[in-house]
Amino acid sequence: MATQSETVSTRRAPRDRLVIGRLINGERLWRVLTWALLLVGACVMLLPFLWLLTSSLKTQLAVFRYPPQWIPNPPRFQNYVEAWTTRPFGIYLRNTVFILILNEVAILGSASLCAYGFARIDFPGKNFWFGVVLSTMMLPGVVLMIPTFVIFSRIGWVNTYLPLTVPAFFGGGAFNIFLLRQFFRSLPGELADAARVDGCSEFGIYSRIMLPLAKPALATVAVFTFIGAWNDYMGPLLYLSKDPNKYTVALGLAMFRSAFLGRTRWDLLMAASTMMILPIIVIFFLAQRYFIQGIAVSGLKG
Amino acid sequence: MSVGTRRLGHLWPRTAKSRRAVTGYLFILPFILGFLLWFLVPALTAVWLTFFDWNMIRDPVYVGLENFREIFRDKLFVQSLKATAYYTLGSVPVSLVLAFLIALLLNTKVRGIAVFRTIFYLPSIVPAVANAVLWNFVFNTEFGLVNALLRALGLPKIMWFQDPKWAMPALIIMSLWGLGYTVVIYLAGLQGIPEVLYEAAEIDGAGRWAKLRHVTIPLVSPVIFFNLIMGIIGSFQVFTAGFLITAGGPQNATLFYVLYTYRTGIQYFDMGYAAVLAWILFFIILGLTLLVFRYVGRLVYYEDVG
Repeated sequence: MATQSETVSTRRAPRDRLVIGRLINGERLWRVLTWALLLVGACVMLLPFLWLLTSSLKTQLAVFRYPPQWIPNPPRFQNYVEAWTTRPFGIYLRNTVFILILNEVAILGSASLCAYGFARIDFPGKNFWFGVVLSTMMLPGVVLMIPTFVIFSRIGWVNTYLPLTVPAFFGGGAFNIFLLRQFFRSLPGELADAARVDGCSEFGIYSRIMLPLAKPALATVAVFTFIGAWNDYMGPLLYLSKDPNKYTVALGLAMFRSAFLGRTRWDLLMAASTMMILPIIVIFFLAQRYFIQGIAVSGLKG
Repeated sequence: MSVGTRRLGHLWPRTAKSRRAVTGYLFILPFILGFLLWFLVPALTAVWLTFFDWNMIRDPVYVGLENFREIFRDKLFVQSLKATAYYTLGSVPVSLVLAFLIALLLNTKVRGIAVFRTIFYLPSIVPAVANAVLWNFVFNTEFGLVNALLRALGLPKIMWFQDPKWAMPALIIMSLWGLGYTVVIYLAGLQGIPEVLYEAAEIDGAGRWAKLRHVTIPLVSPVIFFNLIMGIIGSFQVFTAGFLITAGGPQNATLFYVLYTYRTGIQYFDMGYAAVLAWILFFIILGLTLLVFRYVGRLVYYEDVG
């Protein structure tokens, strides 16, 4: 449609100018323009993904060819098998899943417990401690990197999974507490009151009434915890990089990358990267609405 | 707490009010412990470290303010600040404007809008390591996508990550690919603007530009402000791309501040000096945030409630 209006404008006949005027004022032209711009932008955003995918299916020789082939012929699926087996990615995956599960359990349990306390129970000092929660969000994580590393090395936690799992049991992160607290506050109080009259303990109300109601918010936290743990590089780099048997997928891919001394095997690296990105994309499509919820909350806090 | 009451009857407070207080603290106990163990103790350790020379093998030696004096002699410290500032100035304003324009486009009801939103968002959740590996290849001098495009346009190839002049622009371009997160935050802000305001503006004869200028921009200005601050905070902490792709080079052109801190502490085990560097980063970020609040914050329009 955009090209059509261009050809019209070059003619400059008075009657056509009227038509242009109608089009410019009309919603239609704006829609077409918007759509065209979105399409161009989307192509730019997709190009690196396409490059990743086609390169991952090329033979070593095809990678070096100019102009680049967009459809590898024939596609070499063997790259994926080779990338998976030249490094023990199976072990890396198992390690990552282990850390992931512990983090999910720790963060969901601990953050929801604290969030419930902040949202639903009145006690002296509550506002002070919630202020502390918010202020820990303000401190850039990197500032504590050095002292935390010093402490964990002194207590012998380096080269163990402990630094990447144990802290999650203590509050589960300020942002998650904040997000779940907002949700708990939005729930109606009548159910809890009724249960309280029936003699239900506060912990019972939390675990049997509030947690089931908070499933959407918990799912949001679970999804972001997954993304965080799966993508984390700094943590494993600091604490696991000396023991190849404890590598996570992220650390394994980074080491795989720097392992080539002579000619870099871009075909295998692209295959390995694709395999690392794939679970994230699957999670995104399965849990799209929880993503949007989580981001909306993080935006609102500003 | 009926079970607890029976077993620990003598510890459980008698009045309802104090019972609630104890229950409340039991609920938030994990956070309090976590705050003390993983926040306060490291923060105090970081203060203590700044006064010591310590490589974690020998005993720490008290050196007074020597670590702070070192800053003024350290050329790499200055270089890492320059590199980080360059990155921030290059990536934050561009991504702020570009993300806003994309969000405006995505806040329409054209066909396939859900697909477009997904496409713009996806790159921002790509794992940093996979991202680095991918873009390392995209900018590869001989076989990369970017140079293939340049060659197709008849332009000379660029030695992106080998040329001190081009390494940082390449990393900035790479960072722009991940602006989808910012876009979605804008989008949430745009969708929070009541339709009534646009209708009222239309009745007053406002065109597209006037509506953007006088309704949209003022009403999303808190979100723009939020994204600006988050952008600055985030860009001062970049690490992975500089660490994996360029290793701070060539000629320290991409020696990001956090990368330099990491090297000082984790690779060279100069813990005292690394702690000083970390604190300086904290005060730089704090200072910049306050400056932004002071000079940009007053441009932000907050809707009157009530």
